[in-house]
Amino acid sequence: MIRIQARTEPSNIMKVASPLIAIVLTLIFGSILFSAIGKSPTQALQVLLIAPLADSYNIGEMLVKMGPLLLCAVGLSLCYRANMWNIGAEGQLLAGALGGSAVALFFIHSESVFALPLTLIAGIVSGMLWAAVPTFLKLQFNSNLILTTIMFNYIALYLLIWAVHGPLRDPEGYGFPESAIFADSTLLPTLFEGSRIHLGILFAIFAGFVGWFILTKTHLGFQIRVFGADEPAARYAGFNSKKLSWFVMLFAGGLAGLAGVAETTGPIGQLTPNISPGYGYSAIIVAYLGRLHPIGAIVAAIFMAVLYMGGDLAQIEMGIPVAVVSMFQGVLLFFLLACDFFINNRFINTNNQATN
Amino acid sequence: MDADLIVQILFAAIKTGTPLLFIALGEVICEKSGILNLGQEGMMLMGAVVGFLAAYGSGNMGFGVLAAMAMGAFMSLLFAVLVLHVGANQVATGLALTIFGTGLSAFVGADFVGKTLQGFQPIPLPLLSDIPYLGRVLFSHDILVYFSFVMTIALIYVVNKTRIGLTLKAVGENPHAANAIGIKVLRVRYLAVMFGGAMAGLSGAYMSLVYTPMWVEGMTAGRGWIALALVVFASWRVGRIMLGAYLFGLASIMHLVLQGLGWSISPNLLAMLPYVATVIVMVIIGADHFKEKLLAPRSLGKPFDPRNMA
Amino acid sequence: MKTHNSIFRLELDNITKEYPGCLANDSISLSLMPGEIHALLGENGAGKSTLVKTIYGVVSPDQGDILWNGKEVSIKSPSIARDLGIGMVFQHFSLFETLTVSENIELCLSQKQLSDIEDLPHRISQLSEEYGLDVDPSRYVHSLSIGERQRVEIMRCLVQSVKLLILDEPTSVLTPQEVAGLFNVLRTLSKEGCSILFISHKLHEVTDICHKATILRGGKVIETCIPTEETPASIAKMMVGDLAEQDAGYSKKEGTETVFKATNLSLTSKHPFGTTLKDINFELKAGEILGIAGVAGNGQDELMAIISGEDGRNVKRALTMGRLEIGHMHPGERRKIGMAYVPEERLGRGAVPEMSLTENALLTHSKGFIKNGLVQWQSVKEYASELINKYKVKCHGEFSEAKSLSGGNLQKFIMGREIGQSPKVLICAHPTWGVDVGAALAIHQALLELRDQGAAILLISEDIDELFLLADRMAAVCDGYLSPLIKTEDTNIDQIGQWMAGTFINTADVQEAKA
Repeated sequence: MIRIQARTEPSNIMKVASPLIAIVLTLIFGSILFSAIGKSPTQALQVLLIAPLADSYNIGEMLVKMGPLLLCAVGLSLCYRANMWNIGAEGQLLAGALGGSAVALFFIHSESVFALPLTLIAGIVSGMLWAAVPTFLKLQFNSNLILTTIMFNYIALYLLIWAVHGPLRDPEGYGFPESAIFADSTLLPTLFEGSRIHLGILFAIFAGFVGWFILTKTHLGFQIRVFGADEPAARYAGFNSKKLSWFVMLFAGGLAGLAGVAETTGPIGQLTPNISPGYGYSAIIVAYLGRLHPIGAIVAAIFMAVLYMGGDLAQIEMGIPVAVVSMFQGVLLFFLLACDFFINNRFINTNNQATN
Repeated sequence: MDADLIVQILFAAIKTGTPLLFIALGEVICEKSGILNLGQEGMMLMGAVVGFLAAYGSGNMGFGVLAAMAMGAFMSLLFAVLVLHVGANQVATGLALTIFGTGLSAFVGADFVGKTLQGFQPIPLPLLSDIPYLGRVLFSHDILVYFSFVMTIALIYVVNKTRIGLTLKAVGENPHAANAIGIKVLRVRYLAVMFGGAMAGLSGAYMSLVYTPMWVEGMTAGRGWIALALVVFASWRVGRIMLGAYLFGLASIMHLVLQGLGWSISPNLLAMLPYVATVIVMVIIGADHFKEKLLAPRSLGKPFDPRNMA
Repeated sequence: MKTHNSIFRLELDNITKEYPGCLANDSISLSLMPGEIHALLGENGAGKSTLVKTIYGVVSPDQGDILWNGKEVSIKSPSIARDLGIGMVFQHFSLFETLTVSENIELCLSQKQLSDIEDLPHRISQLSEEYGLDVDPSRYVHSLSIGERQRVEIMRCLVQSVKLLILDEPTSVLTPQEVAGLFNVLRTLSKEGCSILFISHKLHEVTDICHKATILRGGKVIETCIPTEETPASIAKMMVGDLAEQDAGYSKKEGTETVFKATNLSLTSKHPFGTTLKDINFELKAGEILGIAGVAGNGQDELMAIISGEDGRNVKRALTMGRLEIGHMHPGERRKIGMAYVPEERLGRGAVPEMSLTENALLTHSKGFIKNGLVQWQSVKEYASELINKYKVKCHGEFSEAKSLSGGNLQKFIMGREIGQSPKVLICAHPTWGVDVGAALAIHQALLELRDQGAAILLISEDIDELFLLADRMAAVCDGYLSPLIKTEDTNIDQIGQWMAGTFINTADVQEAKA
C-alpha cells in the first residue's frame, strides 16, 4: 500500500521541481480541455507555447508583455515574503499609468529632456500613493489589506475610465475615450529598430536583481524574511514592523506604477481604458510560480508572457477565447499549491517497508 | 423626493443587495468553521455562467439555479481539498479559485455573451404586497428574494439554536479541542465550505437570471469581494448580514438617489461608490480591533491538520 | 480478536507509535484494575502524552492491541473511546472559550446520552454538589480561572459516568491548594470503581495518591512499581536514568545596585481573554536572579510583553532601566541599551523554524554584523558555529534549520545567543520547560554564570522547584497582581503556594481596582 508520510526535512529538489511539475500538469489539463471542445491539443499547445517563441517579432511582443508582469511580480514577491497580502498590483499599475499620463499630456508640446524622466517618476509616485493608502489604513486602522487593495483596484479602474471620458480625453479624438497620443519626448525609447521592445523590459530585469539583492544581502531583506516567516519572532527581535510594511508596499507600488507608465509611454503611446489585460492579477501567479524569489520571478514572467502571447495567437488562429489564459493561470496555481504538498511530504510504499 | 421614489429606491436596494446577501450568508457559515475562502468571486462567476447556460439550454429557470448551486459547490470542493487535505495556504488557494473561475467562466460563456433570457418574474405576495409602502418594498419581488428571506431566518435559527450551530462554532474556535472531543473537524469544514460554494453559485445565478438576465464577462464586478467585507462588517452575525447587504445595495444604486435629488455626477465616479463604501467599512471595523478579536472565529484562516496532532 | 476473562479494566499490549524521526512509543504494555489510580511517569518527551492519546483515540498506534474489560477494541476516535467509558482531561484544555460551560459539556455528549439526561444544566449542578466541584453551568468558559476550567473538563467526564479517567499533567496548572481539592475528587472516584490514569512528573504527588506507577523513558517502559514502596530518589533515577544528578543547590547571592524597576505598572489587557496587570512594583538588582512564580495565565505573558516592549503601548515612567525611562521604547531600542530576552516559545518566537542557525543567530544579535545595511554573512556564520561549540548544541552544523533541533538544544542556542550580547538585564521565561536533564543543567549553569558576572536576571517560571533552586529573591503573580518580594532563604513552598493562590492580595486594593 502506498501512503503519505511527512518528511523530516523539506525537500530542496521539490522546491524547484514543484513549479515545473505544476506546469506539466497544467498542460495535460489543457490538452484534455482542448480535446473536449474539439480543438487539436497538439496544435493548440503549439500555438500557445511554441509559436510565441517562433520568430523575432513574436519574441519581441512576448518581451513587451513580460515587462509589466515582472515589475509587478518582483514587488509582490517582497510583499508576500513579508506576509503583506497586497492584491492591488493591478490598481497600482493603473494608477501609475494614470498619473504618468497626466504628466505626459502636460508635456504634449514639449521636447524637454526632462519630460520622460518626470513622466516616469510621476507614474512611480502614483503607484506608490495607490499602495500607500491601503498600507496606511492597515497600519493605522487595522483594516484588511487584501480587501482594501482589491477595492482600490476597482476604484483605480473607474478613476481611469472617468479620466479618459473627461479631463484626459483627446479633444480631437472624435469622442473616443482615449487620451491624445503622447509627444515623442515622453515616449520610452525602443531597444531595436522595428520592434516594440522598449526600455521597460530592462527596468523589469534590473528590478528583479535589485529585489534579489535586497532580500538576500541586506539586513532589511533579512528582516522582511523573518517578518513573513514568523511574525512573533520578528516582534520578539524588535524589528520595526511598520517600517518593513511601508517599505515592501511602497516598493511594490512603485514598481507596479512604473509598469503602468511604461505601458502607456511604451507600446501603447497614449492612455486608453484597457491598458492592462490583468497584468497585476497575473503577477500574483508569477510571484508564486517564481517561489516568491525575484530571480525566480524572471523565469516565471517569461513563461507567463509566453502564455499571454500564445493566448492572443490562439484566438486569432484557432478561435479559442482569450480567457483561456486566465483559466490556465488559475489551474497552474492550483497545481502548484498541490505539488508544494510534496515539499514537506512524500509517498512511501508500506509494503516494501514491511518486508525490509 | 416623494414617497414613491423612496419606495422604488428601497425596493431596488433589496434587489441589488440580494446577491450580496446570498454569497455573504454562505461565506459566514464557511468562516464560522474557521475557513477563509477568498474564491467567492470566482465561484460566483461560475454560478452566473453555468446558471445562465443551464437555464438557456433547458428553458427551465429552476434548473439553472440548481446547476449554478451545484457548480459553486463543486468549485468550493476543489478549494476544500487543497486547503483541508493538501494543507495549502487558504489565501493563495482562494486567489487561485478566483482567477480560475474568472477565466473559466469567460471561456465557457464566450459564445453566449449578449444572449438574453426572460428571467424570474416578480410575484407580488397576496395580501402582504397590499400593505402600504412596505408591501411594495418587501413583498413584490421574485421568488429568489423570498428564498433569501427564508434562508436568513433559517440560518439564524440553525446557528444560534441548534447543535449544528454549536458544533460549527466549536470547530471555528478551536479545531484541536474539537478534534480531541471527537468532532469530525474536516467533515464539518468540508460541509461548511461547500455550503458557502453553493450559496456563491446561487448568488451568481441571481445575477445572470434575475438582476440582469444575461451573461457578461466579469459581471459580478467584485461582489464576491464585497461579500467578504460584509461578513466582517456584520461581526459574523447572520442577522446583521442581511442589514449590511441592503446597505451595500443602497450604495450601489446611489445614482438613483442622486437623480432623485436632482444632482448630476459622472456615472463612472458613482460606480466607485460601493468600493469606496467597502473601504470605509473596513476602516471602521478594523479600528475596533478588540471587538473584532472577540467576535471573529478564532481559528479563521489558520491551518489545521489532524495528522499532526502529536 | 483477543478476548479473555480479565480482572483488568484496561490492558495495553505492545503499543508502538512512530513519528518521523522519533519512536514515541516502543512496545508499551500496561494494565489497570477497576478503581486503581495509576501514575504514568516520565520526563518530557518520554512518550506519556502519545500513549494516553492512543488510549483516547486521538492517535492511532502503528502496532499493538488495546483490551477493554478483556475484549480487544479498536479505538479509532475519541467518540468511540467515550462510548466505551473512557474520559480524558487534557493538559491544554479542550474547552471552547466562547461557549458556556453547559454548551461545552453538551458538545461532548452523543445524541443518545443527551436525550437520557433531561436537563443538562440541572445534572451539572447536581454532580457539582456531589463531588464538590463548584461549576456554574451558565457561565462562559472565558470568564473561568484555570482551576475552574479543569473542573469543567472533569465534569464533562462525570456527566458521561466514565469507567476510566485520564488526566494529562493535571496539577501543573494548579496552585498547591487546588491540587489538594483535585486529589479529593480523584479519591472519591476511585472508591466508586473508576480507574484513573494520572500523568505527572512530580514525584511527591505520585506517592500521595497513586496505587501503582509505570515509568517511561525514551518511549519504553522502564519499570512498574508501587510508589509507596519507593523513595522519590529511586523513582527519579528510574525516570531520568544515570544522568540524574540531583543538584545540591546553588549558592545564593545578594544583588547590588538597582538596574531595572517597575513602578505602579498597571495595564489593561489587549486581548479579551487576557489578564490585566494591576499596580506592579519591583526592583531588579545587578547580580541577582529574581524569580516570579505563578500558575499560567495570571499575567506572566502580559508582564513579559510590556517589559520587552512587544506590547507596543507606552507606559512612560512605569519602567526604568538605571535612570533611563524605557516605557516608550520599541523592543529593538530596549535591546540596544542592554536588555535581552529568552521567550517561552523557543520555536516560532525565539527562533524562526525554517531558518538556519546562522540566520537565527542574527535574529536578535546584529551588533557588529551589519555594514552599510549589508549583512556580513561570513562573520555571522562564524559566530553561530562558535555558539554551537561553546554550548554543545547538537546539530548538523550552523546551516541546520532551527526546527530540526531538539527543544533542549535549541534552547541552549537561544540562551547562548542572548547571553552573547552581554546583557545588563535578562528576562527569561520558563527556560527549561520540556528540556532534558542534561540541557537543563547547562542552562542553569549559564544563568548563574551570567548572574555572577553582574547581570540582573528576571526568571519567570511555573516550576516552583526550579525557582527555589535558582532564584535569590522570589515573588508570585496572581490575577495580574504581584506579591511582595522575599529572599528565597526566608520563604518556603507553602508560602509561595499561598501567594500563587492570591492570599497576598489586599481586599481593599481589589475594591479600589474594581471601582
